[in-house]
Amino acid sequence: MACVDHAGNAAAFLKDKAQARWHDEALWYVRKKRDAAAASVPEWEELRRAAEAVKEHTLAHLGHYLTLFESQARANGIEVYWAENGQELNDIVAGLLREHGAKRVVKSKSMLTEECGLNAYLQQRGIEVTDTDLGERIVQLAGQHPSHIVLPAIHMRKREVAALFSEHLGTERDNDDPLYLTRAARAHLRQKFLEADAAITGVNFALAEEGGVVVCTNEGNADLGTALPGLHIACMGLEKVVPDARALGVLTRLLARSATGQAITTYTSHFLRPKPGGRLCVVIVDNGRSGLLQSGQKKVLTCIRCGACMNSCPVYRRSGGHSYETTVPGPIGSVLAAAKEPGRFASLPFACTLCASCDHVCPERIDLHDRLFAARRVAMESTCFGGKRRSLRLAAVLLRHPRLYRFVMAAARAVLPKLPRNWLYNRHNLWGLEREVPMPAKKPFRQMMRERKRG
Amino acid sequence: MKRIGLFVPCYIDDFYPEAALSTLEILEAHGFDVAYPENQSCCGQPLFNNGLPEDARLLAERFVKLFGAFDYVVAPSSSCIATVKYRYREVLPQKEAEALGKRVYELFEFLHDVVGVERLRLPHPFPHRVGLHQSCHGLRELGLGCPSETFVKGCGDKVRRVLEKVEGIDVVMPSRDECCGFGGTFSVQEHALSARMGRDRIADHTANGVEVITGVDMSCLMHMQGLAKRDGIPLRFVHAAQILAGRAE
Ligand code: SF4
Repeated sequence: MACVDHAGNAAAFLKDKAQARWHDEALWYVRKKRDAAAASVPEWEELRRAAEAVKEHTLAHLGHYLTLFESQARANGIEVYWAENGQELNDIVAGLLREHGAKRVVKSKSMLTEECGLNAYLQQRGIEVTDTDLGERIVQLAGQHPSHIVLPAIHMRKREVAALFSEHLGTERDNDDPLYLTRAARAHLRQKFLEADAAITGVNFALAEEGGVVVCTNEGNADLGTALPGLHIACMGLEKVVPDARALGVLTRLLARSATGQAITTYTSHFLRPKPGGRLCVVIVDNGRSGLLQSGQKKVLTCIRCGACMNSCPVYRRSGGHSYETTVPGPIGSVLAAAKEPGRFASLPFACTLCASCDHVCPERIDLHDRLFAARRVAMESTCFGGKRRSLRLAAVLLRHPRLYRFVMAAARAVLPKLPRNWLYNRHNLWGLEREVPMPAKKPFRQMMRERKRG
Repeated sequence: MKRIGLFVPCYIDDFYPEAALSTLEILEAHGFDVAYPENQSCCGQPLFNNGLPEDARLLAERFVKLFGAFDYVVAPSSSCIATVKYRYREVLPQKEAEALGKRVYELFEFLHDVVGVERLRLPHPFPHRVGLHQSCHGLRELGLGCPSETFVKGCGDKVRRVLEKVEGIDVVMPSRDECCGFGGTFSVQEHALSARMGRDRIADHTANGVEVITGVDMSCLMHMQGLAKRDGIPLRFVHAAQILAGRAE
């Protein structure tokens, strides 16, 4: 099985220094906005504890809340479907669109449908799918995937967007004025909204007690998309359910502040029943989630996908979301991917210095760095790390035998300073590619201690 | 008199003995009986952090055997102490790990929490502009500082408080308190990324016009030192213990 080469991807991303710096600074700016927004809420830490409690409680009674949601939603006239995996989700959605005779679909941002490859599936069946979140539309036009769960096109700079828009939307080639580009995108998307036969949205929260779903967007595109067509399909991971609107209040206070530093997402849309004459269908997807629930990584199911852990992660900021080769990148994405396919994603738990900054920004207080630490145990078994495993085991033997270790170090002390430079610095010495190698001190501490004792 | 077991992380022993010697001298100057068990070895951090806890078990057991009987165990390294405190639980009987965890301290944490900032005796002035690098395990696992992303009242800032007791010192914090990119084997496996992170940290400090960069984890300093040296940046890197002990000039 091919292993994702995160280190190689990161090195490639870093080659364009200006771009990498811009990426880092743009996301650090968002992190700082988040800090300011969080600091403006005196009870921030209590709020995080409350959010953690809400989601943990829901997970502990997940079956109950999902069934409650299902029955309440049905009572509201919503159709509820269940999908075991991505394939089933795609089939259900394609089936509903077929029944409805839908050819053109507008979709608001949903990482779940990304995860399941819905766009490609529908397009192969002759259905036009237009992503209507601006960032998402940009990556769609570029034939790429989102590189961030909240800021899907953060890896692209405005001149790239200008080139893309001039190719696809006929804008002036060299005009990269954001206002001009946004207007062009808006005009283009308005047309898509008007022509759409159906709308697909994600779900940020599903309210069990009320039997409705909540979608948060900053551009209002979920509302625009669902306004005209008679069919609205909302796709949700089964962990999105929360007990009731009261619990939602805690989570929405945290979501936007953690994500972008806004006090609240611009549009928090509640869909409680189908519109007159229309259909509202909710597809509840498992796709590996119930497996996670049984595992040691269960806690990651409390994630509300705010993206704060990415913005705070010094590795993510400098390697870009695509370096992870996952739907959800960054700290949370690495845990999710490694839990699902530890072999293929073995490098991701190691694309982390265990700095733990992600733990502190996470509104759900997920102990992300400990989750990554735990994932390393399984990842290390992967064939991708055969060499690393062997050298570390060798080091372990050495460390267990201090006399042998000291003998080796004494030899290093004698030899290292005398080595010709090209013996020490070559492609085998990865540390030395960009750094000078430290030299052992003339006398180790233990020798100093012996001499001290002797007086 | 309280007895302290001095734990000297493996790479400090061979590469940065001055940091260990400084630690010893500071502890003795504050009236402790400090012993250095000869047969000590690595705490096991590289093995734990690379998902090989089973291979680290024997090192953890050795640690308990050598250091179990002291009133305190002190080391000039926050990441090693964090390993003993939080990772040993994975391989040792819980009671044993917990009892040990309560008695292990990073040097500055010890000076701050046990000796007390008011009672510090630091007779060596250090009239320099010094950039303080907060290493992540110290900052976020041991709480030796206040990470910029949290809003917990009464957080530590212990290293800085102790350092600022040194006469003439001007401690300057960088604009970001983020990771330097060392991360143990991360620095090798993700060498390009690691180097980028380290260079960013160095640039942040040099923008403040510091002459010296210090911290409580020599490993982070070693990484940044290697980069600065390669880039011809005239910066000195010293362990914070050396500043306290007058061994940084
Ligand atoms: S893990 Fe936490 S910080 Fe990261 S996206 Fe999820 S909720 Fe946000």
